[in-house]
Amino acid sequence: MRRRLYLLAAAAVVLVVLPLVLSEFRTLQLATVGAYFIAIVGLDVLVGHSGQVSLGHGGLMAVGGYTTAILMAHHGVLDLWTIPLAALVAGGIGVLFGVPALRLTGLFLALATFGIAVVLPTLLKHFGHFTGGSTGITLFGSPEQSGHGVGYLGMTNDTWLYALTWTIGIALFLLAWWLLSSRFGRALRAARDSEPAAAASGINRSAYRVAAFGISAAYAGVAGALYAINVAYVSPDTYSIQLSLLLLVGAVVGGYGSIWAALGGALLIEYLPDVVSSKQAGPATFFYGAAIIAAVFAVHIVRKVSAR
Amino acid sequence: MANLLQQIVSGLASGGIYGSLALALVLIYRATGVINFAQGELATLSAFICASLVGHGWSFWAAFAATVALSFAGGMGLHTVLIRPLARGPLLGIVILTIGLLIAVNGLDTWLWGGAVRQFQGPFSTSPIRVGGVAFSKQDLGVIAVSLVAVALMGLLLSRTKLGLGLRAAAANPDESRLAGVPVDGMYALGWGLAAALGAVAGVLAAPSLLLEPNMMQTVLLYAFAAALVGAMTSPLGAVLGGLGLGVLLNLLGTYVHWIGGDLRLAAALALILGLLLVRRRA
Amino acid sequence: MPLLELREVGARYGQVVALRGVSLTVDEGDFVAVLGANGAGKTTTLRAISGTVKTSGDVLLDGDPVFRRRPERMAKLGVAHVPEGRGTFTTLSVLDNLRLGAWVQQGARGRDLARVFELFPVLYERRDQRAGTLSGGQQQMLALGRAMMARPRLLLLDEPSLGLAPLVTREMFDALRQLNEQGTAIVVVEQNATLALEAARHAYLLETGSVVLQGEASVLRTNDDVRRSYLGY
Repeated sequence: MRRRLYLLAAAAVVLVVLPLVLSEFRTLQLATVGAYFIAIVGLDVLVGHSGQVSLGHGGLMAVGGYTTAILMAHHGVLDLWTIPLAALVAGGIGVLFGVPALRLTGLFLALATFGIAVVLPTLLKHFGHFTGGSTGITLFGSPEQSGHGVGYLGMTNDTWLYALTWTIGIALFLLAWWLLSSRFGRALRAARDSEPAAAASGINRSAYRVAAFGISAAYAGVAGALYAINVAYVSPDTYSIQLSLLLLVGAVVGGYGSIWAALGGALLIEYLPDVVSSKQAGPATFFYGAAIIAAVFAVHIVRKVSAR
Repeated sequence: MANLLQQIVSGLASGGIYGSLALALVLIYRATGVINFAQGELATLSAFICASLVGHGWSFWAAFAATVALSFAGGMGLHTVLIRPLARGPLLGIVILTIGLLIAVNGLDTWLWGGAVRQFQGPFSTSPIRVGGVAFSKQDLGVIAVSLVAVALMGLLLSRTKLGLGLRAAAANPDESRLAGVPVDGMYALGWGLAAALGAVAGVLAAPSLLLEPNMMQTVLLYAFAAALVGAMTSPLGAVLGGLGLGVLLNLLGTYVHWIGGDLRLAAALALILGLLLVRRRA
Repeated sequence: MPLLELREVGARYGQVVALRGVSLTVDEGDFVAVLGANGAGKTTTLRAISGTVKTSGDVLLDGDPVFRRRPERMAKLGVAHVPEGRGTFTTLSVLDNLRLGAWVQQGARGRDLARVFELFPVLYERRDQRAGTLSGGQQQMLALGRAMMARPRLLLLDEPSLGLAPLVTREMFDALRQLNEQGTAIVVVEQNATLALEAARHAYLLETGSVVLQGEASVLRTNDDVRRSYLGY
């Protein structure tokens, strides 16, 4: 426990120092990493602790992102206020989905969320008058709407976005950590592991499973909102099945509940396209997929070795 | 009336493709308990291979036969190399793996053949043929015929041959099958091979009308999932009938209900998938 | 040379030792009963023979040690194992179940099917029905029929009388006797010691994974300890 706190403190120090030594561009990239980090932490609640699967959390990020974009671009809302609103909308959808999802076991839940993830970009493009269609929505909003921290402590826009994202990120991580180590977390894991035992302890298994969906969805909503604020743009193709898959991979690789795994996963999502996109689209995508396959094998091998 | 018949036949042709791919999904699920998210992309790859062979001067049917054979071998190899080692691992691993495979194969297609849409000259001409005074597309009739033959062959193989019996037994009860001398892992690989062969048929049949490009089978995969779910993911007959029915339904919807364009048909398929998943009896 | 020989065979499930140094012999055409209480290691002994469980020690078939025994291989070598619970393929038809039994024989021969149907007419009547619709006794006959289709040299049966009415059990043991007379060696694991000792020629008694008594069945039947503990009188 104490070791964890020290590591966390060290991480906090690194986080504060980084923008001071890195370029503007990199800082903005790391801000985006922060958004992915939040989504992965939330997904971990669902996958690692509640034992359900979702291939659709990219879609929930889209919900958050579009909520922010529509509120800012069409209704002039302050960017900071859109964040909790995005959390509410996405979280609400998560809960709504979580109820019927109770009837679906592993593979079929994966199939359902896969279907949603694949169809969502098409739907976003279809309802164009609402969502800006294929071109999406640009949200450079008025100065009153965003960039509040610019000027304080010498922060530039990119540094402000970084600070915003990571402050929320750390806070949400601590919240999840607290939640998962409390009675809630124990009940959640009991509901995951053993139906009869959970029932015997008076735990309403369904309620916890739906709650897990809601919480992870809310986190994804926040992540989507922050992502949209960071890049000042939303479009349907950003939220592809690839994003959902990488979020899942990030949540699964390295075991459950590890901050480092979540961090690693977030870095992977941000930088893997960079690493492979120096080549053309075809090979890039191929290596993308091959890397995921390799990751699955790597995790499998590690698990087998450490089980000895 | 004539138009209705034409649309039904056209729908059956699409449905034959959906049914073939759905049958592949059912085969793999029943044999190895895996939902192969990459089935559509593998079918696309097969179609590209067929197109390449034809481009090198092969006659269509020779290229088709070679493609089906190659796909069969590829499917068996895929199971042996990627799926079998992970058999005892967590479910999530295989799910992620098949999606990674989806992405990788899609990228491979773009890498080897480019992302541009290209024409695919099928074996059937698009000229009409008159049956009972109604003009039908030769291509539609041809697709229906080939897909039904493929599906029927698969059915015969499964129910009448020793190999088919072994495959069914291995799928139903692997431990007991081993005691009877059935090489269970080999049977699983066989299942994947047969599924890949069916996918090849679906892909090659789809290419002339859908136009060959890496994302060609993405929507077909969703329709195939819907059809497979009509058969509760386990009934071959349900999957094929579901595919045919879905093809006709979607075609009629598209023709007679004007606000349902391509996008919404996809959403309708998704709604169908979700609906079927919810009413599914727990096996 | 005996058909089957186990020499100091040991087996474990994780940390739990199921068999310690079990040695037994089965001659061609023999009929052997393996007796013992629950957990004594009877099922594990059969699993050791068919290769379903990993073992230490030697298992010899026709005097040759069979290393890395896997069930598929043992089936090809003529060993048919009918596990506890009969292992019926409930979703396949009765006929398909029987055809499956003949897998190692390169497919079912009409004569083999006729033999099974002669012995168990009810299987012929229900040949196209799903095997899951059969009663317990009928499924046991099906399991036996399936094993027969393989023309095994050695037939292993785990608790064949479990859950069966006494009359059905007698019929089944009659069938086993017939099979044995036709030359198939049989090893039967039974909690119903009376019936097993009546049918068998030799018997082994297991307790906590070791052989504590062995000999001719007729001798064990009159043994005082056996009578008191296992035969109930």
